[in-house]
Amino acid sequence: MIDRLENGVFRVETPLSTEDVKTLSAGDRVILYGVIYTARDEAHRRLVGLLQDSNDLPFELRGQVIYYVGPTPARPGRPIGSAGPTTSYRMDPYAPELIAHGLKGMIGKGRRSNAVKDAIKRYKAVYFAALGGAGALISKNILSARVIAYPELGPEAIYRMEVEGLGLVVINDIHGGDLYTDGVKEYRK
Amino acid sequence: MREIHVDHIIDALRSLVIKANIELGDDMLNALQDAINREESPTGREVLKNLLDNANIARQDRIPICQDTGLAVVFVEIGQEVHVIGGLIKDAINEGVRQGYKDGYLRMSTCNPFTRKNIGDNTPAVIHFDIVRGDKLKMTFVPKGGGSENMSRATMLTPASGIDGIKKFVIDLVDRAGPNPCPPTIVGVGIGGSIEKAALIAKKAILRPVGSINPDPFLARLEAEWLDDINRLGIGPEGFGGRVTSLAVHINSMPCHIASLPVAVNIQCHASRHMEVEL
Repeated sequence: MIDRLENGVFRVETPLSTEDVKTLSAGDRVILYGVIYTARDEAHRRLVGLLQDSNDLPFELRGQVIYYVGPTPARPGRPIGSAGPTTSYRMDPYAPELIAHGLKGMIGKGRRSNAVKDAIKRYKAVYFAALGGAGALISKNILSARVIAYPELGPEAIYRMEVEGLGLVVINDIHGGDLYTDGVKEYRK
Repeated sequence: MREIHVDHIIDALRSLVIKANIELGDDMLNALQDAINREESPTGREVLKNLLDNANIARQDRIPICQDTGLAVVFVEIGQEVHVIGGLIKDAINEGVRQGYKDGYLRMSTCNPFTRKNIGDNTPAVIHFDIVRGDKLKMTFVPKGGGSENMSRATMLTPASGIDGIKKFVIDLVDRAGPNPCPPTIVGVGIGGSIEKAALIAKKAILRPVGSINPDPFLARLEAEWLDDINRLGIGPEGFGGRVTSLAVHINSMPCHIASLPVAVNIQCHASRHMEVEL
């Protein structure tokens, strides 16, 4: 669900619909609420393996948002440790397959491949950047985190996270907009 | 000879590992604050403010600045009058890293390069020993994140490439890296030596305090010129577009073979963490 707030920032609540995704454009500021799932390199490899063998995933992919993060362990009494985004391009070989199966949003940092950008346009999804290297700040927006698959991967396990007010920026939208290209052009001289 | 027991090394490194991951240095805090004044992009300024908030939260809440608490890189300068007793210095360093990462609730990020299985205690550390004058033992701990390390490169240029060729290699690398290494970055450059020495002096270059002037006037001039060029690329904080792409360019150089021109670039993200202790 998406609401445009008075200051032009979008309040986005998971899960996302195709209609929700159509509203967002590269450069839009977003604050995110709801449940998201974490996955990094090895978890992606396994998820795509499950899809190729027509097996069920550890969570329902349709409309969901995946956050590329490997958090630090939580200190006692806290939901999570430091939890900023990892660089997204490492997930590029797997992301189009997940998008084709209903994934609506990805959160990471850094540029995506053309294949991912094409999948975003074709299947209507969105790629957000969180603030790289700001894991302490971001941890304040994570209410809970629970490992739901692959605990043996340690920090690379799949967590189900509940977030509140997580600040994001739209990088790639369904119209082909790319903030990493458009934003840079404005200041290049 | 002055004796230093390995237990002393373990304890000192354990504390250093935890502290370095939580407290961003004053040079970086000042550089980020200065960058806010220089940044033209409103989004860029907002990002820089968030990065300062992040550093403050980390320090107050004793939570790591970044979730990537890095590969443990340790530079050791050992005085030739020092005699380490009670065990092997390498084992002591790895034990200090092991304890620091566990007790500091830091992320374990080392793995087998083929199976990708996590080692589980963030060892082995990457240790660089140097033997120096005196009876002290100095350790500099650098938790180096994967995102910025992945954007680093070493190459062998031809002598004909000259200064312009080196400059092109450095600036093209920063441009291609774009948002990936978490800008604003510190660009460490190693020129000369051999392929591995260039990479090593490039990494050492990122440790110099941000805002300091290179004591070699020729290198100081190159640093200023290249930084200016990098900050015209438009990448900006987090790559969202803006003026401040890098906070500093630091160059180390040394003589090389008459046939070669080794150049290495070590990119350091804005979470530039390193801290030292002297025993």
